[in-house]
Amino acid sequence: MGFSGNLDELKKTIIAGVIGFAVGALIMMVYGYDPISAYRALFNGAFGDLYGFSESLANATPLILTALTFAIGFRGGMFNIGAEGQLYLGACAGVTVSLFHLPFATGFALGLILAALAGAIWSLPVAILKATRGVHEVISTIMLNWISLFLAFYLVAEILVDPLRAEKTISIAEGARFPVMVPGTSLSYAIFISLGAAIIVYILLWRTVIGFDIRAMGYNPLATTYAGIERWKVILFVFITGGLTAGLAGAVHVMGRPPTYAIYSGMPSIRGLGFEGLAVAMIGRNHPIGIIISAIFFGGLMAGGRMMQLFAQVPLEMVRVVEGAVVLFLAIPELIRLFSFLRTMGTLHIFRSKRS
Amino acid sequence: MNLGYLWGIFLGSLHAMVPITLTATGEVIGESSGLFNIGLEGIILLGAMTGALGAEVGGPIFGLLVGVVTGFAIGLVFGLVCTYFKGVQLIAGVGINLFAAGLVTFWLIDLGVPGHHAVAEKGQMVDISTPLGDFSPMILVALGLPVLIYFLLYRTKLGLKIRAVGENPQAADVAGIKIHLLRWLSTAAGASLAGLAGAYISIDWMGSVTKEISAGRGFIALATVVFSGLNPLLVLLGGFIFGFFDNLAVWVATMPAVQKVIPWQFVAMAPYVVTLLVVAGVIGRVRFPAAMGIPYERE
Repeated sequence: MGFSGNLDELKKTIIAGVIGFAVGALIMMVYGYDPISAYRALFNGAFGDLYGFSESLANATPLILTALTFAIGFRGGMFNIGAEGQLYLGACAGVTVSLFHLPFATGFALGLILAALAGAIWSLPVAILKATRGVHEVISTIMLNWISLFLAFYLVAEILVDPLRAEKTISIAEGARFPVMVPGTSLSYAIFISLGAAIIVYILLWRTVIGFDIRAMGYNPLATTYAGIERWKVILFVFITGGLTAGLAGAVHVMGRPPTYAIYSGMPSIRGLGFEGLAVAMIGRNHPIGIIISAIFFGGLMAGGRMMQLFAQVPLEMVRVVEGAVVLFLAIPELIRLFSFLRTMGTLHIFRSKRS
Repeated sequence: MNLGYLWGIFLGSLHAMVPITLTATGEVIGESSGLFNIGLEGIILLGAMTGALGAEVGGPIFGLLVGVVTGFAIGLVFGLVCTYFKGVQLIAGVGINLFAAGLVTFWLIDLGVPGHHAVAEKGQMVDISTPLGDFSPMILVALGLPVLIYFLLYRTKLGLKIRAVGENPQAADVAGIKIHLLRWLSTAAGASLAGLAGAYISIDWMGSVTKEISAGRGFIALATVVFSGLNPLLVLLGGFIFGFFDNLAVWVATMPAVQKVIPWQFVAMAPYVVTLLVVAGVIGRVRFPAAMGIPYERE
């Protein structure tokens, strides 16, 4: 993929984005909202000032990591949508460390490590079932996401619960939190974990042998067999690496997001970050650099969505409707040529005589 | 534990099997033609929403129809993207799921009560009362439809064409079958059953719409299709197994004795654990259409 290829990808992403926002505007009009003032509030809230932009970056922090989970799989021709469930357990693992009174550095490092491990362990059944039994990862990851949801509910309600406030878990010990970067906002230094992970994934995929194997398998699974690449190794590597980043996403969210540093019962702030990451990866064209940009954009939509709700009275969920439409159109490989294609199809039906 | 009690569990399982069986039967049609739709989860959700609103306007039967039409419409979009436009099916499916989750949550807020909408009394389906207990007429539909679809797919010329398109589109193309058109309509027909399943959940089974009403059933239906090996008659069996465990969580909630030993969260996991195990157990023996998941392109 050369420069022109990347440019085409960019064009396609922009077209899909425009269509997505148009679909969103249409739906808002159907429900009697004013799309123009809604989108103005959305973008002002997301990127209009330092506060908004900091919030956008804070929202992007876990999204970069869950998007990487999907992207690694996608590069290897696998459809790993397990980040959602792995993220829950990562968050729980991050909180678990604070059950014990550990010195500052130990608690901080242990939180991150355990969270990443929790994510990786939760991805193991997916990899093993795929490598040995040929179970499609779409089914196994979704089932594990649900199992993880209830497991996390149990952990939050019974094990990690704050003895003084039953609606939340204990808070992360102060020493184990990421310091806030921009005072008065949610942005902490945790974002550097995400950026670092993106760089590592880039190096892994494009500068190492296993990365080459992964991408080769994504291009042509049959050829990799002839090239002597062991399929099961690639599968295991893809899912474990994906699990590590998804687990980390849970950790940076609980350890790096003021003001609570805890998980609330029902996990309202955590649920959805994994699936959101999937859309981020898709719009970032499954490339670490693209993912960083699209995660900031998505984080901005989430931050701006609150302003949209406040000033234009449009429910925040509109943002997800737009995302869904964008992803649906991104599925079309030759979106750029779609318009000319539609024209030809139209003319064919009108002018074409019966097939000879 | 007496016989009536067991019968109650059986009836509960039958009610829980309806959405899974309907959705999976529809997906069997779609997958036979070569399209793999992971957007079923979102279609169930949207069908539950529009079906409930339709039922409040024109009664339960009308609501079910609205669900069918919703599913069909989304299926047409999905099918169009994945046939004529050669879209990547998994991505298109994810797009539908995101879109539906966003729209339904948005819609519920727009209706006034965030996250929950109880279906008005006049929109709810009335169960058939028999001496053996009350049951929904939709159970009969869910039991009959797979048989009908079995005959359609394996005993009619149309069914042969659908399967040919999924198995060997090149040959079907040479034989004069319109590949894209047939795939498009097959997946849309399948999706309409997912819409029906959604409407059943809200109008009949649960009596309300929540933003998580589909609860993974779209994916459990996909697993049921895997279990069935694209045989609608086996969808019935798979649907019942998964329905049984889906119902289990509800059933255990009425038994404090069990809840003391096993926390409810672990009971709630059961349908997903069983699905995973069953799929892992059967997968070796099933075979899928050769061209499934691959966009057709003329050479």
